Amino acid sequence: MDNDIPEVFVLTLPSKLGHEKVAMSTAASVAKLMGFSERRIEDLKTAVAEACINSIEHGNRMDESLKVGIILSMTATTLEIRVCDQGSGPGGARPVPNIDLKMDGEDNPRGMGMFLIQALMDEVEWINSPQTGSCARLVVHLKKPEGK
Amino acid sequence: MQDRTTKVRVTETTGPSGKPITTLRFSGDITSTSKETVLGTYHQLPPPVTRIVLDLSNVDYINSSGIALIIQVLMQARNSGRSVQTFGLSDHFRKVFTMVGITKYTELHADESSAFAAFAE
Repeated sequence: MDNDIPEVFVLTLPSKLGHEKVAMSTAASVAKLMGFSERRIEDLKTAVAEACINSIEHGNRMDESLKVGIILSMTATTLEIRVCDQGSGPGGARPVPNIDLKMDGEDNPRGMGMFLIQALMDEVEWINSPQTGSCARLVVHLKKPEGK
Repeated sequence: MQDRTTKVRVTETTGPSGKPITTLRFSGDITSTSKETVLGTYHQLPPPVTRIVLDLSNVDYINSSGIALIIQVLMQARNSGRSVQTFGLSDHFRKVFTMVGITKYTELHADESSAFAAFAE
């Protein structure tokens, strides 16, 4: 594999809950091929699943006629995954979930997906584009940066 | 494609302290489609039940919606004065549960015996 030219895999899913497992499996297969540890592959599976669920539920609003696109680009040391939908993007702050507020019934018990994605990946970016659809960009490096 | 259906089996045990322990043994996936199984089963527990163990050792996949259901069980248990211990999570999901703060409200044990023993402490 050339260090600079990524090899790209493209997957398209109908917006149906449960189908995120196809993206999880594909991402895990690519990561395994690249030599990621089992621990990082588990992180990746959760992050990809949560990104897909966000796209299905919020981006495409559970409309099964709309697609979720997953683009996996691998170089020798980096795996980038874009999870794209036809929504306008999440926008706004992504607070750390407050378990006490959830337990007190003052916050929705859900709403942890974006936090988990951010916590489990080396780099995360939400690319919001109301006109053309939006993407979550997830990146993991084979040699993790310090502190992750 | 469907989620692997959530299944639950409820068992009763006498714990090391001699007091009864009710274990909810989940299998399959725990996702947004599991609400009836997870919360419905909890709601069917009779009022005398005060010690509950969540056995997640046969859960194949749990996402943030599934974690939210576990939080709702913990919330309702706390409001009813019940104590909940949890075991059977993989290392990855122990990390995820810890990240979202669930460990403030239930201990995550490596196995059933340590979960049962935790009630005696």
